[in-house]
Amino acid sequence: MLSEKKSEFLAGTISALPIVMGYLPIGIAYGILAIRSGLSIFQVVSMSLMVFAGSSQFIAIDMIKANSDLFSIVLTTFLVNLRHLLLSASMALKLKESPDFLIPILSFLITDESFAISIVSIDKYRYKYYYFLGLGLTAYASWVLSSFLGAIIGFFIYKLDISALDFVLPAMFIVLLVLQIKRKMDVLIAIISGVLSIVFSYLTSGNWNIILATVLTATLGVILDDD
Amino acid sequence: MTIENYALLILLMTLVTYVSRFVPIFLLSKSNMPAWLIKWLKYIPVGVLSALLAPSIFMTDTHLNLSVNNPFLLASIPCFIVAIVRKNILLTILVGIVAYMIFA
Repeated sequence: MLSEKKSEFLAGTISALPIVMGYLPIGIAYGILAIRSGLSIFQVVSMSLMVFAGSSQFIAIDMIKANSDLFSIVLTTFLVNLRHLLLSASMALKLKESPDFLIPILSFLITDESFAISIVSIDKYRYKYYYFLGLGLTAYASWVLSSFLGAIIGFFIYKLDISALDFVLPAMFIVLLVLQIKRKMDVLIAIISGVLSIVFSYLTSGNWNIILATVLTATLGVILDDD
Repeated sequence: MTIENYALLILLMTLVTYVSRFVPIFLLSKSNMPAWLIKWLKYIPVGVLSALLAPSIFMTDTHLNLSVNNPFLLASIPCFIVAIVRKNILLTILVGIVAYMIFA
């Protein structure tokens, strides 16, 4: 018999499966592109190991290739990843009981994907932080490994078509969004946030559309909510 | 970019990314939040999921693409239906992959 903590950790690793499938093509694509931009396999993998934030890694690779200076790459990374503030604040509600020493590790594991998966199922578990640890570590391992795989492929082979997996993450976000919708208000919030995100993507750059749309709609939700 | 610069770059990228992940949870997880903040945070999941999803299915590169030439948009239709009817994560993703392969 597994202890409850272990079994909840395991439940987390299993629920990371959609993320693993989704990270595979993206990690491989990142690895191939990064190698093509002249980075070594070690450099490619170390960025995934330490930064662990897909979209900013792609942007950084692009900027390295374009000979951007260090400061502007770091600043862009900061801005692109600011949306984690929202995810992290929201996760604080779920990880209240976590022991102090785990907070630095759990927070490192917060991504769009681990956040999305955890919010639909984390309430079922007693040791939410073990569930999230299992989920986050599995996603992290798959990101690092698929980047490594991409780097190897980019280094030795020229082409590999796994574009069929391009739709895994959008499909995952679709079902997780649907699972989050519990009231009429949520439908309204989802529609407004989606529209605002598209509008702001024309007006801003570097993921500011996601931050602005989320902040505005959450505020609107609080204002309109009357219960 | 030199090796030394690259090491510094990764270090700084790590730092600025980690700060945005760590600070809110560090400040909020041990304190009692006011009711309005809790309410606000409860709207974050729906808001952020929709804000992430909408551009990826309604836009191609940087432009709105509502045509039949957008496989992401077409594949999302059966996905939404399966998601609403069955509420199953893996099933929805499988339907998504198949639909995307048909439309792409």
